[in-house]
Amino acid sequence: MVGLLIVSHSRKAAEGIFELAVQMAGKDHRIVAVGGMEDGSIGTDAIRICQGIKEANDGDGVVILADLGSGILSSQVAIDLLEEDIEVVIADAPILEGAVGAAVQAAIGGTLKEVAEAAEEAKQLSKLM
Amino acid sequence: MASKLYQCMQKIGEDIIANKEFLTDLDSAIGDADHGINMARGFTEVLQQLPQEEEDISVILKKTGMVLLSKVGGASGPLYGTAYMKAAGAVAGKKEITLEDGRNMMEAVIGGIKMRGKAERGEKTMLDALEPAFEALNKGIEAGDSPEDCLAHMCEAAKEGVEYTKTIRATKGRASYLGERSIGHQDPGATSSLITLEAIRAFYLEQIK
Repeated sequence: MVGLLIVSHSRKAAEGIFELAVQMAGKDHRIVAVGGMEDGSIGTDAIRICQGIKEANDGDGVVILADLGSGILSSQVAIDLLEEDIEVVIADAPILEGAVGAAVQAAIGGTLKEVAEAAEEAKQLSKLM
Repeated sequence: MASKLYQCMQKIGEDIIANKEFLTDLDSAIGDADHGINMARGFTEVLQQLPQEEEDISVILKKTGMVLLSKVGGASGPLYGTAYMKAAGAVAGKKEITLEDGRNMMEAVIGGIKMRGKAERGEKTMLDALEPAFEALNKGIEAGDSPEDCLAHMCEAAKEGVEYTKTIRATKGRASYLGERSIGHQDPGATSSLITLEAIRAFYLEQIK
C-alpha cells in the first residue's frame, strides 16, 4: 500500500490531519504524521521527516503532504537524506484536503502516481458547488 | 584539545547566537520574526553536539549541517543545513583549509542554496550576500592577494550585498507576501550569512596574530 506522510510546522495540525485521513483510510493504513520540532515547538525537522518516510513505506512508495515554506524544503532535504531506495513524491496540494483524498486512493490500492494525483485533485475542489 | 575547525565553528555559532535579537528584529519587519531565535537554537545545539577534537573538516561541517536540519525549524534550517553539507562535500577528508578550499566550499554552498531554494541573486536572500562575497574572494585569489586581503574583500562585498537587499523587494519566502513593502528592510538571511563570513575572517585574523 502507498504510504502517506503528513508534514506540518505544527504537531497538533499534523496529528489532526492524520486523524481525519485515518478515518477515511480505515485500519490498515500506512499514514504517518510528523509535526513541529522534537521539543514540540513550531517548525519542520528534515531528520524526523526522513524517518517518517521510512516508517510510511512498505515498498510501494510514499506521498508527502506538506504545509508551507520549510515544510516543502525540509521534505526535499529528507528525500535527499534517504540511504535506501524509496520512491517519494511531494504532492502539490493543500495539506488537509489532499491528505483525505490521497488516503482514500491509497486505501483502495492506488499506485503512487494515482495517490499523488488524488491529493493534487484537491486543488480543484470547490467547496460551495 | 578542541580542533581549530571546532573553534572556528564555535566562533560562528557564538556570533550567530549573540545576534539573535538583531536577526529576529530584522525578520519581524518582513518575515515571521523567528530567524534569530531559530538560528540561535540551531547553533546552540551545534556547539553541544560537535565533537570538539574532530580534525576532519568535512566531519565537523556535515555534523553541523545535520544538526541545523533538525533544530532550526524554519526555512533557514534546510537552507543552512544544505549549505554546510555541501561545504563538507567540497573538503572531504581535509584537515586544513586553503583559500582555494574556501573558494570551492563557497561555490558548493551557493550551488546548494540555489538548488534547494530555487533562488537567484537579486531576490532578497542569502545569495545576495554570498554570491558577491564569492566573486570578491575569487578575484582576490586570482590577483594573488594575501589571505587577509582576500577575506577582507569577501566580507566587504557581502556587506555591500546586505545593503543592496534594502533596495529590492522580496520574491522568495514569507517576505514575498509583503511585496513592495519589503523594500527598505535588509534581509535577515543575507545578514546571518554576512555574520558567518565575518566570524570566519575574525577567526583567521586571530590565528595569525
